Amino acid sequence: MHCIETGNTAAATGVKLARTQVIAAYPITPQTPLTEKLSEFVAAGEMKAEYIPVESEHSALSVCIAASSAGARAFTATSANGLLYMHEQIHWAAGARLPIVMCVVNRGVGAPWSVWNDHQDSMSQRDTGWIHLHAASHQQIIDTVIQAFRIAETVRIPVMVCYDGYLLSHTYMPYEVPDQDKVDRFLAGSAPARLLDPSSPMNLNTVTLPNTRPDVRGDIAPAYMEIRHCLQQDLTRTTAVVEQADRDYRDLTGRGGHPLYECYRCEDAEFIAICLGSLSRQLRGVVDSLRSASVKTGVIALRLYRPFPAEQLVPELDKARGVLVFEKALSYGYEGPLFSELKAALYHGSRRPVLHNCIVGLGGRTITTADLHTALADFCVDPETVRKASPQWIGLAPLK
Amino acid sequence: MNTVSKAIDLPIEELVHPGNRACSGCGLSLIYRTALKALGRDTILVVPPSCLTVLQGLYPIAATQLPCVNVTFASTAAAASGVQAALRAQGRQNTLVAAWAGDGGTSDIGIQALSGACERQENFIYICYDNEAYMNTGVQRSGTTPAGALTTTTPLVGKAQQRKNVARIVAAHDIPYVATCSASYPLDLYNKMARARTMTGIRYFHIHTPCPAGWGFDPRFTVKMGKLAVETGLFELYEIENGRFSLTGASKRLLDKERTPVEKYFSVQSRFKVLPREQVERIQQETDRRWNELKQTQS
Ligand SMILES: Cc1ncc(C[n+]2csc(CCOP(=O)(O)OP(=O)(O)O)c2C)c(N)n1
Ligand code: SF4
Repeated sequence: MHCIETGNTAAATGVKLARTQVIAAYPITPQTPLTEKLSEFVAAGEMKAEYIPVESEHSALSVCIAASSAGARAFTATSANGLLYMHEQIHWAAGARLPIVMCVVNRGVGAPWSVWNDHQDSMSQRDTGWIHLHAASHQQIIDTVIQAFRIAETVRIPVMVCYDGYLLSHTYMPYEVPDQDKVDRFLAGSAPARLLDPSSPMNLNTVTLPNTRPDVRGDIAPAYMEIRHCLQQDLTRTTAVVEQADRDYRDLTGRGGHPLYECYRCEDAEFIAICLGSLSRQLRGVVDSLRSASVKTGVIALRLYRPFPAEQLVPELDKARGVLVFEKALSYGYEGPLFSELKAALYHGSRRPVLHNCIVGLGGRTITTADLHTALADFCVDPETVRKASPQWIGLAPLK
Repeated sequence: MNTVSKAIDLPIEELVHPGNRACSGCGLSLIYRTALKALGRDTILVVPPSCLTVLQGLYPIAATQLPCVNVTFASTAAAASGVQAALRAQGRQNTLVAAWAGDGGTSDIGIQALSGACERQENFIYICYDNEAYMNTGVQRSGTTPAGALTTTTPLVGKAQQRKNVARIVAAHDIPYVATCSASYPLDLYNKMARARTMTGIRYFHIHTPCPAGWGFDPRFTVKMGKLAVETGLFELYEIENGRFSLTGASKRLLDKERTPVEKYFSVQSRFKVLPREQVERIQQETDRRWNELKQTQS
């Protein structure tokens, strides 16, 4: 079925199609319409789920953590300060290995207040052990939400589906909604483990010791460090699971095909722009225009941010002369987080492209196509000189 | 529902394993054992950081035979809501959810989630065991630490403020059932909890739980200490069922009995050793006033 709807509705529709059983959420702009839509689905009987209208984001994720431990498919969504307010629970969900799916409708964080888009919120949760997926279009939002449940339930790690506030959440765009029976088939055999059950009692998330010790049968039980090591190993293995989920999804629906990142005109590109989210669509236009002036450029939209697909990305990037990283987030006191990671990923290669970092669109600052064009064109002309200005703030207004 | 009047009539089945990590003489281990008998096997526990987390044992040991999810400090009532929602979604209607938190986890950091759950009229039992301080982190003041008590964060002169009356705060949400209990009256606790087990909606228990380590008394006096709190009238045993308040058990009997002077209770624990005489008198007067009121409404 085709429809023209908002990105938030696309996400809500994905959650409905996945037959989510427990939803808990707390309103925050620009996420609000997503959870409103879900409450509407539930109230209208279009969706059979428990909808818990909690009193805070901390509680929203707490509800999902507990519901997921008891074996229910659980979903929540938030933005910016709501996400930060969940921080303790975000760590907890991953540490407890629960397949929760959460949409993060990306928004700048306070202070000062901003309701507009950037990626500082989800970036600040980067090291919590979640899988981070970024959608670049409405179609990717709905497809990614559905895939996220399969991925999360396969590896028992929660998934954040991030998409740009307003730019995607509130705009109307056409996308295709998969049939319920296809989604059912896609998710058949996938479910959260029912850990809380009086017929087979377990004590979850207990105090663990620094060192391993035997259990009552004499088997060695892991300690905190072993448990954390498992998370790291499973998380790094998730890349293959994301690819498999996308392949299966493609077989069923005919869509997908770019599980880790999507390349646009990169085959022979000498210069590659890379970014997260909807900005990649805007950069395609810039690349087209530079190509028509015979500058060989391309764009990579990164879809999987955690686990970081360094192994797959490096061969795409190291053939280029230069890589320009556009970011809507900053690791204050240093540079863009994606930029740091790409530099690190390329460190072991023999051919290292010149890398440059552009900070754009913080707090919803308009990102003009002209600015992007200038940044990329300048970089193509003289990458070494441009690089020296990293990170470069684009679109910053002069004061006085 | 069977009420019991003799300890020997309590269910024989033990859901708490022998041996746990609580201090000797801990009031919590007494109520844990009794309350779980009332809750029964078909129960899922939700536990935030507290002495109970430690009592349960360190991985891979567990002190109970009930499934238990340990949750973060602020999230207890929300987590219980989540377990309950999952059970509803799966049609597992008979399983009971019981949240079990300390006074810090209830009166301070967890009160928002508890209030939210009460307002939503969730369906679970919430138990607050009140040892009147943060004991797990080494005796710091909590919202329910009584005025005058020495803790490590109210040293030298004791806590300046009155304690929060959490049962009353919770009751203000108009939930179906609120009960206060004491570790020293296990049958009263058992009977109230067994009855609450059969109700639906959110049911709140506030259990006064003497703590020898934190209060400074000899571990063999735990039961005596809890009884003194009730016999002095400082802690009342009551139920509020659908808005109707009634004193129960030892507190009800206290209506026509001489109460023990509060001074007696304060003098047998080291945490009140700096409580000034005038304050003890004021507390006695306040207690007398409160009981005169109770006599009028309860007779
Ligand atoms: C967010 C957070 N802050 C602080 C702590 C540290 N902490 C663990 S248990 C505890 C005290 C618990 O006190 P209470 O709820 O009264 O239970 P008790 O230990 O007295 O049984 C504290 C402060 C924590 N675990 N999480
Ligand atoms: S500190 Fe007090 S409440 Fe905690 S285990 Fe020891 S006696 Fe029990």
